[in-house]
Amino acid sequence: MDCRLCEVGCIIEHSPIKDIIKAFKDKPKAKTPDSAAKRAAAFGVSPNRGMLSRTIVEANGPLQLSAMCRHCDKPECLHACITGAISKKADGRVIIDPKRCVACWSCIMACHWGVIERNEGEGVKHSHKCDLCPDRETPACVDICPNSALLYEER
Amino acid sequence: MPNKTDYYIPAKFFVERDHDRCIRCQACVRQCPYEATFYDAIDDKITNIHANCVNCKRCEFICPTDCITVIEHRSKFVKNHTWPDDLIENVYEQASFGGIKLTGMGCDKKYPVYFDHILLNASQVTNPSIDPLREPMELRTFIGRKPEKLEFDKHGKLATKTHPQIELATPLMFGAMSLGSISYNAFKTLALAASKLGTASNTGEGGLHADFYPYGKTIIVQCASGRFGVSAEYLNAGAAVEIKVGQGAKPGIGGHLPGEKVDTLISTTRMIPEGTDAISPAPHHDIYSIEDLKQLIDALKEATEFKKPVGVKIAAVHNVAAIASGIVRAGADFVTIDGFRGGTGAAPWQTRNNVGIPIELAIAQVDTRLRDEGIRHLASVIAAGSIRQSSDLMKIIALGADAAYIGTAALMTMGCTLCQTCYTGRCAWGITTQNPYLTKRLNPERCSERLINLVKAWSHEMKEMLGGMGLNSIESLRGNRLHLRGVGLTDTDLDILGILPAGRQ
Repeated sequence: MDCRLCEVGCIIEHSPIKDIIKAFKDKPKAKTPDSAAKRAAAFGVSPNRGMLSRTIVEANGPLQLSAMCRHCDKPECLHACITGAISKKADGRVIIDPKRCVACWSCIMACHWGVIERNEGEGVKHSHKCDLCPDRETPACVDICPNSALLYEER
Repeated sequence: MPNKTDYYIPAKFFVERDHDRCIRCQACVRQCPYEATFYDAIDDKITNIHANCVNCKRCEFICPTDCITVIEHRSKFVKNHTWPDDLIENVYEQASFGGIKLTGMGCDKKYPVYFDHILLNASQVTNPSIDPLREPMELRTFIGRKPEKLEFDKHGKLATKTHPQIELATPLMFGAMSLGSISYNAFKTLALAASKLGTASNTGEGGLHADFYPYGKTIIVQCASGRFGVSAEYLNAGAAVEIKVGQGAKPGIGGHLPGEKVDTLISTTRMIPEGTDAISPAPHHDIYSIEDLKQLIDALKEATEFKKPVGVKIAAVHNVAAIASGIVRAGADFVTIDGFRGGTGAAPWQTRNNVGIPIELAIAQVDTRLRDEGIRHLASVIAAGSIRQSSDLMKIIALGADAAYIGTAALMTMGCTLCQTCYTGRCAWGITTQNPYLTKRLNPERCSERLINLVKAWSHEMKEMLGGMGLNSIESLRGNRLHLRGVGLTDTDLDILGILPAGRQ
């Protein structure tokens, strides 16, 4: 329903201190103004104060959906990755290791779902996507969704 | 909009925002359908046009940092008991627009609420109270015509032919709200909850969409003056048929669904062309007497092969008891009485606030009249209009109703905040709107769970109160006014209600 609280929840969860006010008001080190602004222009969405959420609400008229990594069984991004920065964990999660990522953006081109983002900021440059909130039982976006539009289940 | 100089109405509400906590996520901006919230990109700040705010509280609900508080606006006219602010505003509005002032929801004026002046009884030493957690407690209710007496054959089997009934697990149903006045998702919420609870929802006058035919066993289908969506298939799809003559919020007035709202969904359900106004005339043009009503009741019974109860819904008006008596004599299996505080999607402000009588008095009078005439068993009496809590339901049953409809309370489980702007078609909670951007805010699965919770909670409370009275069945409370006492009421009120004052044995 286009409230985009999933994006807010994601940013809070991936902030250094998981506090909503601090996450948005303290200038975070991992801030990525360029890519967030570009995305804002592309989708007509709010830049969320220059911070990059790992889920993106895309809208086409009344149809709106929160798009995040599907953690595919056969991840195309993993095959496309030239440095082995992307791995599939035993629990099914597909994870990007920012230290090994060289920002070639091959994964972005390979992803069918268009859910991998460029994370480009001061001293930061790597691919960026949903990590299914490793510190939580259910991802932050699912918990914050006020309309139960997001469900967390294995398929 | 006219020039501000000839249209000045001070803002009713003020949106307070804690800018230190606001993270500019703009969720409030995107959620406000009343154009009261804006993002100022130059100052990177969210601002409000307070005059547009209707206090629906959607922004308060959605704000992830709780930085918004909607309060009453400080600006008031000079205090005047003869001319309260809303009357002054009404004159200004009507001077500008020259039309009937509309409103939504039930009457909000300060009339006495008789429920709040009636007390329930409880058992003490001489008659034991019952613990509903240990002993069975019956809330099951049957709506329909009851036989005068029961006869059994030699083997003890029932020989009397019984009339069609609706079985309710609890004496609580969801009031008539049509698809059109409420959204598809809101309608689905009611239908889902009713089918899971074993009670009934009501189609209102807007027909039954094909998607809801599977829930037909727990849906009462309505036949109103506009006859929208009425077909043989429709009549037979429901558990019962209700002829709507009047509505508590606007007795004597028909309905009008503007053409802009009649989209494909509404058009197919109501069986009218897309984009045309759906107008329900004030009267049924084929009913001008009790005899005419009998013809329609008989026709509907014939159309449903005498398998379904057929009832009549009327608004609580001054001579409600006499009308109800006529309706029962015309062959109705149930009579629904809608009190003047009942809700509506749109009603003239003057009518809503000034027409009709309270449901408590109406039910007491109808029950008394039907008993006096010896025809009470011929029809069930359903109360509607401002049943706000389980004790209200207990009191109305003790005053003589068989069951009650809840409408406003059911909508509140979907988020309704009683902002009274249903008629604008911009409901921020996706309830009374057909705007696809707004209707999707209502998740029927989630909201029906909440509605089920509410009805379960009320049922538990009713069982507790019944047990406290030493009763083990809602049947024993029905019309049992000795369990009620009035407090702070005049002798006339007590006489009309048929109850004793508190303290009198």
